[in-house]
Amino acid sequence: MELQARKNNLIRLLLLTILVPALNIAVHGLIFIFFRDSHLPAILNALLAVIWGAAGIYSIYYSLNWLVEQYPDPWKKRLLPYIFVGPAVVLLGWLLVLPTLRTFYLSFLNYNSEQFVGFSNYVAVFTDRLLVTALRNNLLWVFFGTLACVSLGLLIAILADRSSFERLAKTIIFMPMAISFVAAGVIWKFIYYYQPEQQQIGLLNAIVVAFGGEPQAWLSMVQPWNNLFLIVILVWMQTGFAMVIFSAAIKSVPEEIMEAARIDGAGEIRIFFKIMIPYISGTVLAVTTTIIVFTLKIFDVVMIMTGGQYGTEVVATQFYRQMFMYQNAGYGSTLAIVLLIAVIPVIIVNLRQFRKEGSF
Amino acid sequence: MRPHSRKRKSKWLVNSILALICFVWLVPTFGLFVSSIRPAADIMQTGWWKVFPHRAWQTVDQVELPKETDLRTPILVQGEAYSDNQLRTGVNVENERLIWENRRARIINVQQKEWTAITNFSTLNYETVLGGKSYKISLPGGGVKTEKGTGMSRSFWNTLAVTIPATVIPIFIASFAAYAFAWLRFPGRRTLFVTIIALLVVPLQVALIPILRDYTSLGLNGTYFGIWLAHTAFGLPLITYFMYNAISQLPKDLFESAFMDGATNFTIFSRLILPLTVPALASISIFQFLWVWNDYLVALIFLGSLPDVQVLSMNIANLVGSRGNDWHLLTAAAFISMLMPLAVFFALQKYFVRGLLGGSVKG
Repeated sequence: MELQARKNNLIRLLLLTILVPALNIAVHGLIFIFFRDSHLPAILNALLAVIWGAAGIYSIYYSLNWLVEQYPDPWKKRLLPYIFVGPAVVLLGWLLVLPTLRTFYLSFLNYNSEQFVGFSNYVAVFTDRLLVTALRNNLLWVFFGTLACVSLGLLIAILADRSSFERLAKTIIFMPMAISFVAAGVIWKFIYYYQPEQQQIGLLNAIVVAFGGEPQAWLSMVQPWNNLFLIVILVWMQTGFAMVIFSAAIKSVPEEIMEAARIDGAGEIRIFFKIMIPYISGTVLAVTTTIIVFTLKIFDVVMIMTGGQYGTEVVATQFYRQMFMYQNAGYGSTLAIVLLIAVIPVIIVNLRQFRKEGSF
Repeated sequence: MRPHSRKRKSKWLVNSILALICFVWLVPTFGLFVSSIRPAADIMQTGWWKVFPHRAWQTVDQVELPKETDLRTPILVQGEAYSDNQLRTGVNVENERLIWENRRARIINVQQKEWTAITNFSTLNYETVLGGKSYKISLPGGGVKTEKGTGMSRSFWNTLAVTIPATVIPIFIASFAAYAFAWLRFPGRRTLFVTIIALLVVPLQVALIPILRDYTSLGLNGTYFGIWLAHTAFGLPLITYFMYNAISQLPKDLFESAFMDGATNFTIFSRLILPLTVPALASISIFQFLWVWNDYLVALIFLGSLPDVQVLSMNIANLVGSRGNDWHLLTAAAFISMLMPLAVFFALQKYFVRGLLGGSVKG
C-alpha cells in the first residue's frame, strides 16, 4: 500500500520534472514566435516586451522552485542551489565561456574557418600594416587616455574638495559619463567640424581662426595627432569616473595626519605627495586598471567619429572590420584574443585580490 | 592676519580654476543643446555661440546702382571705385562696410558693426527627427528643400523595449545566483564563483563571433529576445559580483530566524533579501540601464538597423553616416538620446555614485 503510494509519487515527480521545464520552454518559445512575427505599433510592442521580459523571468524561477519543493527533503536541499545559480551558469557558459574558447579555436583557422593555419593569423596581426596601426593607436589610447583621465580626475577631486561648490562641480564633471559615446561623438564631431572656405561653425576652428590661425580638418588631415583629438572625447567622458572615486578616497585620508604635517611646516604640495598619494595609492591603481581595461576595448568613439579611417583604427574597430566587412573570421578572432591577452594580468590581479580578502 | 588672507586667496584661486574646468566641461553639451534648437539655415551659417550678444555687421543702408553698371570695370559707389571682387567679400570704409546684397539687381548693403544676437529658435529640428513626415527647410540661398523625418520616436520605443528587460532580467538572475553563492552551500560553489570573477573584465569582443553564429542558426538575430540574452550574459558577472557583496553582508541571524519560522529559500529571497538590498539593486540597475541604453556595439551586431527594431544609438550612428553634415538633425537626435540618461543621472545621482564606488570593471 505504502509502496504503491511512493511509486505513484515517484511517477508524479518524474512527470512534473519533465513537464515544468517543457512548459516553460513551450510558453516562452510561443511568445517569442509571436513577437518575431507580429507587427504591433512601437509603443504596444515595447510595453508587451517589457512585461514579458520581467514577468517571464519571475515565472521561470517560481515554477522551477515549485518543482523542487515537490521533491523529498534531502533532494530539495541538494537541488535548490542549482535552481538559483542554474540560469546564470547556463547563460554565462553559453554566451561567454564557450564563445571565448571557440574564438580561441577560430583564431587558428583561416578566414572561413575551414583550414587550420597555425599561428599565421597572429603573425599577420603583428606585421600587417593596418593591424599594426590599430595596435599602435590602442597603445596611444591606453597611455594618453588613462594618464589624462587619472591625473585630471585627481586634480579635480582635490580642487573640488577645497572649493566652495563641490557638489555642483562634481555633477558637471561627472555628467558626461551618463551619456552614450554615440551622442558624445556627435557633440565632438560638431566641435571639430571644418568647412572649407566658409565661416567656421565648429568651435575648435572658430577659436583657431579667432587667434589668427588656419582652420583644419582635425579628424582627417592632421595624422597621427587626430588620434589625440579622439582621445580628448574619452577624457571628457571618463574623468568624472576617476574623480568620483578619488574624491571618496581623499575624504578617507585622516584630517589629523594632514593637520599635523601642516603644523610641522609641510607645504600643500609636499603633503600631497608624501601623505595623500601613499594613502590613496590602492585607489589610484584600481582606477587606472579600470580605465586601461575600458580603453583597450574602445570602439564606439572611433566608429562614430572616423569609422577607423585616416589612421585612427583601433583593435576593436579593426576586429569589427575584419569580421563583418572583410568576412575574415580568422583575423577577427585573433584580434579578439589579443584583447583578451591584454586583460589577463588584470584578471589575475582581481583573483588574487579576491583570495586575499578571504571572503570565500 | 597674514595666514588667514593667504588662505582666502588660495581658496579664491581654487574656485576660479575649478570654475574654468567646469566651464570647459559644460561647453560641448551646451553647444549641442543650443544648436539643436536653431533653424537649419542658421546652424550652417553661424556658430552656435552667436546666439549670445556679439558685434557683427548690420545693414544700415542700401545703395542702388544704375541697372546698366558694368561689373567688369571699377564700380563707383559713394564716389569711390571698387572692383567686383572687393564688393563680394566686403570692403571696409572707415567704420562701415560695403557688400553686395544682390549683384544682379545691383544693390549694395552699407553695414555697420553693431551689438546683436541671433536668437531664432524653433522646435522644428525635433519634429523632423522624431516624426516620419516630410518637412520644408529654407536654405541659406533662399531655396527650399524638402526633407523626410527620420522616425526617431520608433527607435525611442525600441530602445525602451530593449533596455528595460535587459536590465530586469540580468538583475533577477544575478541576485538569485548571488544569494546562492552567499548563503547556500553546494558542490562547485567556489569554482563557479571564481569563474565569474575572472569573467569580470573579459572583453565582450571575444564572445561576439561564436554567439553570432549560434544566433544565426537559432533565428535570434535581430530579435529583442536575442539582444536581451546577450546583454544579460555580458552584464551578469558584474551584477552577480555586486549583488554578492551586498547580500553576503546581511546579518546571519536574519536567515536563521526566518528558517526557524519555516520559510523556504524562495520566500526568504523574495520577501526578505530583495527588500533589504533595495539600495544595491537601485545602484546596479541604474548602471545596467545606462549601459544598455548607451550601448552601440551589441546592438550593431545582434539587432541591426531594420527600422522595426533599431535602437537610438543605431539610429544616430546611421544619421552620422548618411547625413553627416545635417547638424540640425544630428544635434536634435543626439539630444533626444541623451534625455533619458540625463534624467536618470540627475534624479538618481546618489545611487549612481554608490554603484560606481561598489565596482565598475566591466567586460
